[in-house]
Amino acid sequence: MQTWKDYQKQVPDNHFFYVRSCIRQSFFPGAEVAFLRIMQEYLKKDVFEDKRHTTCTGIGYHSDIIPLETIMTVVARQLALMTEAGYKNLLVSCVTSFGIYLEILDMWHHFPDKLAQTREALWRATRREFEVPQVVVHASDAIYHFRDELFNMAQYSLVNQETGQPLNGVEHVGCHYAKIFPQKGFGGAEFPTVLTGIIESWGGRVVDYPERRHCCGFGFRHYLVQANRGYSVSNSKVKFESMAPYNPDFILTNCPGCNMFLDRWQYTLSEINGVTYDRDGRGIPVLTFEEAAGLVLGFDPWVLGLQMHQVGVESLLDKMGVRYSAKTKYYLGNKNEVKPEKPSVLMV
Amino acid sequence: MSQKNNNIKQVAIIGAGPAGLQAATVLSQNQVQVLLIDKQAKTGGHLEKWSHLFPDSRPSNEILKVLQQGIQKENIQFFKNKRVSKISKSNGQWELGTDDGLVINSDAVVIATGFNTFDAHQKEEYGYGIYPAVVTSENLESIFKGETTWPFNSSGKDLRFGIVHCVGSRDAKCGNLYCSKVCCVTAVKQAIELKKKFPGATVYCFYMDMRMFGTGYEELYQEAQTKYNIQFIRGRLSEASPSQDNRLQVKAEDTLLGRPAKLTLDMLVLMVGMIPAVSLEMKNDAVYLNQPAYGSSFITPDDVFLKMNHHQQAGLFITGACKGPASIPEVLQDAKATSIEVLNYFNNKIK
Repeated sequence: MQTWKDYQKQVPDNHFFYVRSCIRQSFFPGAEVAFLRIMQEYLKKDVFEDKRHTTCTGIGYHSDIIPLETIMTVVARQLALMTEAGYKNLLVSCVTSFGIYLEILDMWHHFPDKLAQTREALWRATRREFEVPQVVVHASDAIYHFRDELFNMAQYSLVNQETGQPLNGVEHVGCHYAKIFPQKGFGGAEFPTVLTGIIESWGGRVVDYPERRHCCGFGFRHYLVQANRGYSVSNSKVKFESMAPYNPDFILTNCPGCNMFLDRWQYTLSEINGVTYDRDGRGIPVLTFEEAAGLVLGFDPWVLGLQMHQVGVESLLDKMGVRYSAKTKYYLGNKNEVKPEKPSVLMV
Repeated sequence: MSQKNNNIKQVAIIGAGPAGLQAATVLSQNQVQVLLIDKQAKTGGHLEKWSHLFPDSRPSNEILKVLQQGIQKENIQFFKNKRVSKISKSNGQWELGTDDGLVINSDAVVIATGFNTFDAHQKEEYGYGIYPAVVTSENLESIFKGETTWPFNSSGKDLRFGIVHCVGSRDAKCGNLYCSKVCCVTAVKQAIELKKKFPGATVYCFYMDMRMFGTGYEELYQEAQTKYNIQFIRGRLSEASPSQDNRLQVKAEDTLLGRPAKLTLDMLVLMVGMIPAVSLEMKNDAVYLNQPAYGSSFITPDDVFLKMNHHQQAGLFITGACKGPASIPEVLQDAKATSIEVLNYFNNKIK
């Protein structure tokens, strides 16, 4: 009989319609560009995106600002763009959007009248029609699916070059990746393998720690309602305190919220409490799955956008043996170089 | 003598656990030739794995010994390591086919295939198979019997144990909506046994509701609280993780206090429920004994009031825990009742 960890999903080998995240481009602007470059230039896959696609409105939906009928119609419009472009495999950048697409497709499956209403609403509003996708794939699913192919092209691995030991990776999978529909994620909801598989395939070691499944601190209302923001920070604090004794070399995430808060709140907590959660006072670098792939493939970390992280990534780059130029970290082409203000506690 | 032998009826009993052994004993006492078949090399089924039984802490081997002595008769033949996969009937005779090609003929068939314990790996959030200190109720019996060792430092002080009820039972996610019935009292029994072995330990039981249906069960539950100070917390675990001191950290909700709880434990015991061992499929007038699929139900009797021991096909009987969760006394009584029905069938009292 199947156990949760045996859950394996089908990822097509080619031809994807890519939908971006509304917030990832602000938080980690190099990640999606890196993903497309990996898929198109390294793996030679057909990945198409339509510049007319919009936010899925998932954050508004989870905050009770966007009504169900509205988000269904917005999703239907994205699917119409996919249908018009001739694609059937939806490739989603964001875990919130991934959950939204799965949830709405599931609702349409169980309540066909909602699907009919949405078709009608989209037609009235835009004169567009759509087909439901055959497969919905999260971008981290794609990196997981092609992880061995990518590692064959790798220039670096998740191994400490000085000691030869695997680097300790903490993984944090976004809630909406598999907690809503366990069968739609690699490994199900409790011990998803999507990020652990990537870490282990590329030479790293996964750290199991008490608060591994604790909330990252996003939780929508925790953060979006300003008065609740303390809950967000305290959630992240619980996680950092729990993982710190295991000396993680990096944190790997697949969701914009987890990326954002596990990175930014390290700075916030260091300013509030004067503490960091690593031995050297530099913080624990936080990577998205594409950024990890980019590093392993030998991308220039500053082209990858890693200078936009709150916690400096140099400690990880040094351990991996990645060659980089400290001088060009904030080089912005022809424009004047603007360095961020130095934090008072976190070493950069 | 030969005239008498020609009139001797034969019954095939599939399963040599408590139900099969009891039915074999009663039928053989009534001059029926018994062909007892089991997929294992030994008789006893799950009873063989248990150390002591609720509610009076009777050593299980006492019961097992009586049942095994009951089949030491010339008119009982035991077929070991045989898995019956097909039963069919022609000209009033039953034919049983096993996976390895053996064919057994009989005048009637009793299905006593019992149950399997729920595979706790499926409740992955509890960490069974991931963290050694997470064991099942069945594993704990094996520890009590001295067959395996404690998964923690048993000389340690201030030991803390957790027991989770309803693992794989009353759980739609696992495909099992039913109550496995015996787990609550097993949890109480095992909690008391743990306190007897480690008097300084704290034992927590995480329950949905306590179903103390049998004689002596409620009294045992009272004793667990008043004499042994076992802590009963109404709420289920959300997860088990490693703690920083290499023990277990569990999170739960105390639904009576309305508070989340986070505890560090030395061992977590999962009260695994009962799931069917076989599911029956009728095809081309034959009955196939299949591996149950996700959400499979137990074998349904012909009539849950009046023909509780009968399958729809005349001459095919069902007994014991293959029909649903049951305690040892219930199974033994049911096997005796089934035996009477088999004898009535042979005596043409039922069709």
